[in-house]
Amino acid sequence: MLRAHWWAAVAAVTRQVGDLEVAEDAVQDACAAALAQWPAEGLPASPRGWLIGTARHKALDRLRRERRRADKEAEAMREEAALPVTGWAAGTDDELALIFTCCHPALDPAARVGLTLRCVCGLTTAEIAAAFCVPEPTMAQRLVRAKRKIRQAGIAFRVPGREDLPARLGAVLRVVYLVFTEGHLAADGDALIRGDLCDQAIRLARALTALLPGEPEVTGLLALLLLTDARRDARLSPAGDLVLLAEQDRGRWDRAMIDEGEMLVEQALRLGRPGTYQIQAAIAACHSGVATAADTDWREIALLYAELIRYEPSPMVVANRAVAVAMSEGPAAGLVILDTVGGDGRLARWPQLHIARAELLRRLGRRAEAVAAYEAALALEPPSPERAYLARRMRELR
Amino acid sequence: MVKYMFLLYGRPEDQLPEPGTEEFERMRAEWGAATGAMARAGVLLDCAPLQPPAAATTVRVRDGETLLTDGPAAEIKEHFGGYTLVECADLDEALKWAATLPAAHAGKVEVRPVVQVVAPAEQPAG
Repeated sequence: MLRAHWWAAVAAVTRQVGDLEVAEDAVQDACAAALAQWPAEGLPASPRGWLIGTARHKALDRLRRERRRADKEAEAMREEAALPVTGWAAGTDDELALIFTCCHPALDPAARVGLTLRCVCGLTTAEIAAAFCVPEPTMAQRLVRAKRKIRQAGIAFRVPGREDLPARLGAVLRVVYLVFTEGHLAADGDALIRGDLCDQAIRLARALTALLPGEPEVTGLLALLLLTDARRDARLSPAGDLVLLAEQDRGRWDRAMIDEGEMLVEQALRLGRPGTYQIQAAIAACHSGVATAADTDWREIALLYAELIRYEPSPMVVANRAVAVAMSEGPAAGLVILDTVGGDGRLARWPQLHIARAELLRRLGRRAEAVAAYEAALALEPPSPERAYLARRMRELR
Repeated sequence: MVKYMFLLYGRPEDQLPEPGTEEFERMRAEWGAATGAMARAGVLLDCAPLQPPAAATTVRVRDGETLLTDGPAAEIKEHFGGYTLVECADLDEALKWAATLPAAHAGKVEVRPVVQVVAPAEQPAG
């Protein structure tokens, strides 16, 4: 329940005291005070107002103690006098300003993700470190460095203007997407924390959709995350092995999430400003909209991937298009496209390329080459559920 | 307002063109356009190119002894070739101005906030 108010509280206090680090520590202290006080004294009339008010006092106390920030304190004191003490609604602009600050392109990309999970989602440093499989002191250091850079470099706490919005919004959406994929792909970590990352990403995308209703890419991202996460329960077998899309029990897909995702992607595309997340969501909807894998419209999916290449000309998108073409026109046609990107050094280190090649070679009856491609994929040490799947495929071929 | 120092880096082989040549005039026009716009916007405090790294002397003091080395502080592929000092509202504004400099296109510009130094006599009491 405290976490539900975290974003607004950190945003409001940062606005008032002008320092993200001080604000975040103060909100943390206010939450501790709430846990001590509320059970005994009952809930305040406005829990959010109480948290913000308490955190603000704690932040100002700290700034008073730190004489070296005398000017910031004076500024904060002036602002405090102008603000009503309780019951005020946190400005949505402050919440947006907070996430835009955490995702500022002048910050290290890995730090942006951590900072967003800490300052916006309210995850503890220990939780974030566990989710990204790094030692807690490493993550703590990364967060401290990022907050220091925000202060020292003069990164403004504000929503970017119209001309900067597309690029800056792209950086924010990228962070939300990375939070999700970290939870979605690395299935061999602590499952509980991983699933929590998917939930956090969806929560962020939902909040951003409410804050920026006219931005189709925001809606597109929310749709993509919902349509992908709808398959969460069907993605792993009871033994923890990865289950491919074609072999998943579609009865275990979350229908409510699919319905919402499909509705959102249509709504976004109607605005006539397509983008990478909307197209990826449309591709996901091609899968969720049919009753069996055999009904999949691969021609439509291949066309959508061709469209996606215009926005994201990466060899991975080309590889995905090759798979879709193989499904609609036959494995030989797909293999031709795959081999055009196979020389890319970056892609050669991507296990999915070798898995895709192996599948097509297997379907063409080129067994020895298929086994070699599976071996190349295994050599790149994919996550353990995928390793189990690859080993199974190789046994079938030998 | 924050002061930002733009540190201009270029390739060592990029020599300043000879005065009087067409290249020199083109360079002067490009820089004049970029810094003129900064001056008109009221953000420019100072700017200057530096003599080449060969003219540099690096100073270190170790255990009370001043050590001088001929040349720049670090042997790197790109050298520090000049600076621009601006005063802006925040980093976003500074980054925009930095990107308008010819050095950002031919080389790189490192944007560094300047620490506001208060002389001891000016420090508020208490």
